[in-house]
Amino acid sequence: MEDIKPQLFKITFDGIEVEVEPGTTIMQAARRIAEADASQGHLVPPAMCYYKPLEGSGGKCRACLVRVAQGSAKDTRPMPKLVPSCITQVQDGMVVENVTNPAVLEERKAIVEFLLLNHPLDCPICDQAGECHLQDFAYEHGSSNQRYEEERRTFEKHDIGPYIQLHMTRCILCYRCVYTADQITEKRVHGVLGRGDAAEISTYIEKAIDNDFSGNVIDVCPVGALTDKTYRFKNRVWFSKPVDAHRDCDKCSGHVTLWYRGEEVIRVTARKNEWGEVQEFICNTCRFEKKKTSDWVIEGPTKVVRSSVVSANKYRADTVKKPDFALRLANSQYKPIDDSRPFITDDETIRQLSIENNKKANERSLAENSNN
Amino acid sequence: MARKILLEHAHIAGIETFDTYRKNGGYEALEKAIKTMTPEAVVEEAKKSGVRGRGGAGFPMGMKWGFLAKPEGVPRYLVCNADESEPGTFKDHYLMKTIPHLLIEGMIISSFALGANKSFIYVRGELMYVIQILEKAIAEAKAKGFLGKNILGSGYDLELVVHPGGGAYICGEETALLESLEGKRGNPRNKPPFPAVKGLYQSPTVVNNVESIANMVWIINNGGEAYASIGIGRSTGTKLISASGHIRKPGVYEIELGLSVDEFMNSDEYCGGIREGHHLKALVAGGSSVPIIPARLVYKTANGEDRLMSYESLSDGGFATGTMLGSGGFIVFDETACIVRNTWNFSRFYHHESCGQCSPCREGTGWMEKVLHRLEHGHGHMRDIDLLVDVAKKIEGNTICPLGDAAAWPVASAIRHFRDEFEWHVTHPAEATKPGAVYMGEAVLI
Ligand SMILES: Cc1cc2nc3c(=O)[nH]c(=O)nc-3n(C[C@H](O)[C@H](O)[C@H](O)COP(=O)(O)O)c2cc1C
Ligand code: SF4
Ligand code: SF4
Repeated sequence: MEDIKPQLFKITFDGIEVEVEPGTTIMQAARRIAEADASQGHLVPPAMCYYKPLEGSGGKCRACLVRVAQGSAKDTRPMPKLVPSCITQVQDGMVVENVTNPAVLEERKAIVEFLLLNHPLDCPICDQAGECHLQDFAYEHGSSNQRYEEERRTFEKHDIGPYIQLHMTRCILCYRCVYTADQITEKRVHGVLGRGDAAEISTYIEKAIDNDFSGNVIDVCPVGALTDKTYRFKNRVWFSKPVDAHRDCDKCSGHVTLWYRGEEVIRVTARKNEWGEVQEFICNTCRFEKKKTSDWVIEGPTKVVRSSVVSANKYRADTVKKPDFALRLANSQYKPIDDSRPFITDDETIRQLSIENNKKANERSLAENSNN
Repeated sequence: MARKILLEHAHIAGIETFDTYRKNGGYEALEKAIKTMTPEAVVEEAKKSGVRGRGGAGFPMGMKWGFLAKPEGVPRYLVCNADESEPGTFKDHYLMKTIPHLLIEGMIISSFALGANKSFIYVRGELMYVIQILEKAIAEAKAKGFLGKNILGSGYDLELVVHPGGGAYICGEETALLESLEGKRGNPRNKPPFPAVKGLYQSPTVVNNVESIANMVWIINNGGEAYASIGIGRSTGTKLISASGHIRKPGVYEIELGLSVDEFMNSDEYCGGIREGHHLKALVAGGSSVPIIPARLVYKTANGEDRLMSYESLSDGGFATGTMLGSGGFIVFDETACIVRNTWNFSRFYHHESCGQCSPCREGTGWMEKVLHRLEHGHGHMRDIDLLVDVAKKIEGNTICPLGDAAAWPVASAIRHFRDEFEWHVTHPAEATKPGAVYMGEAVLI
């Protein structure tokens, strides 16, 4: 029989040619390039709202905007505006500019700035640190200064059920949790209320989210807005060790990642692929109630990307090279601190010093303000 | 007197009733279309007329109808956008309350042309009295056999539904309107697919403005070519303009496209000139979302040509020296208007109305509003002015729907043309906050 091959579309992405099936989006084509050659991973546009397993996601956050310099071989005109790569399908002969176009990088910087207007920069105390897509996005594409000087929006924390806590202050309204609830749970009780920057993720009059698959909203949340109450602040992710495991479950596939601290399972999550997307959603029983090693069949250590913070502290000392140049630089610049002041221990002197210091600080800030 | 097409019979007492409307030639176009024309021929007339959508974007209506997908066995829908949310625009609701049957007749003709058997009029929820007027008119038309099953014995059926919206500006955007009509949150959809392929309930749909649809009655009565002969260039026909602000005679006027801005602004037939003892400072020609232009660019374009009330002439020179006809919301400012305060006010609106899906619009509109609030209240810095320009630029063109652009343009254009006034607010914070105090820069007054 004749071998009928599907027609493939050839596209040029940042100067690299790839062939993909019709219907592929620009983002998927970029991921294809990175999957074939890991050193090109940095080319993949960032995604904050797009999440492949969730139907209808994408197009909102605008983090993945790219420039289409040529629509197709037939219509060689460029597209007039930047387009969201996660939902724009490729055409045969399309030419896409991503990190090769300064306008794209400029707009990405702007998107980071927009997202951080109302998202607190509290990574050191946020439970999501080390696993936060916004943190990565800001690190890779943002700028170090902020021009926003107005008040940020804040919210009270909400306990939505026994397992999940919502802290809207950190939410970036990506809608992923809403799609998750819509698509994998039977009765959705949470969604978006309000409009614009007054919009918020909320439940139906503070109702608990108590269906069997509710825990998945924690996994899909790209920031620390939805957190696992059984794990919150128990540990930093880079101190824990991920292990793939499974069990016989009558509700879900039972394929999970166990997160160990020493001998103890401190968290259970769904398994994620290299793009941070869950491979299979899991049920609440597996996630919240099976925290003994004996509940599971252990498969082996989870593969993590070497550059991820999760990999920190996980290599044998002799495989880790010390940063030679930085150490030499630090050595050459080392100056011992000369602090020959007497140590003060009595309360009264400390109190006096603190009043004086406060006064000086106030004067300094008054002087700065009047200069503006 | 200028030619009237939509408001020709508006002054007749009782025109809102079926009988008076019919006596004055009402429903003759419908009879003509349904009895003597094919749907394709009606679409052809729309194309010939060159009429452009009156909801703001000005897309040729016949061409839009031509894009409608026609898969077998799938219903098609016509949805009339009667949300009319653009600040400064109040023409559709005037038309609907004055001659409701004109819209109903236009809806039936257009639905017939598109092969729709169920059509919707999505009206802003606050306008409950207009909804009641429309419902009464629909009941009358139905009772007379012009609507419902087997219209005038032709075998064509049409059900017409009036749907009250919740009163959100974003529900005027066509895809958000469709979401809202489907009973969901009024968030704009990603495009493609466009409504012509997948619209209401995933079926091919045309969304048109009230005025666009009402025009079809005259077009069928007189032919597309007759319509195309009115107006100027690619701006054919007449346009309803809702004029407001510092003019002597605010109101809804029907003009022939191509009328000079000077005549529209100053003749007694229309606005009657700037109010007594004052002079023109600025104009927003097409509803609050279009760029504001200073007095020196109102009557003449940058090339020194007369500025006309037409899509092309108003946008002459692009955004550097032009603006847009938009939805026809003509807002006039005399020298007592504070541009900074007005820009803040517009910005407040867009901040409040952003649906919040895309990050640049959700966060950027609020940011701009807060900075403008500071500037207007004497707490601004010089760097804020460039910041606003930059934020506007980062929003424009990078969002799902054009609300982002609508929020960015008023701010960017106000700073482009009235930068000295913004600077004055920074350098004179105490004066700027006094009630009634406005910047009187010589450069902007004519
Ligand atoms: C934020 C926003 C609000 C809009 N509001 C309206 C409206 O109130 N009425 C309207 O007719 N069109 C409105 N439009 C334009 C519609 O999306 C659409 O272009 C129009 O209804 C098409 O009809 P037309 O081709 O007859 O102009 C709005 C667009 C945007 C982006
Ligand atoms: S709570 Fe998390 S997942 Fe839900 S919208 Fe906010 S950021 Fe997205
Ligand atoms: S531009 Fe604004 S209103 Fe339009 S979809 Fe985005 S957030 Fe919503």
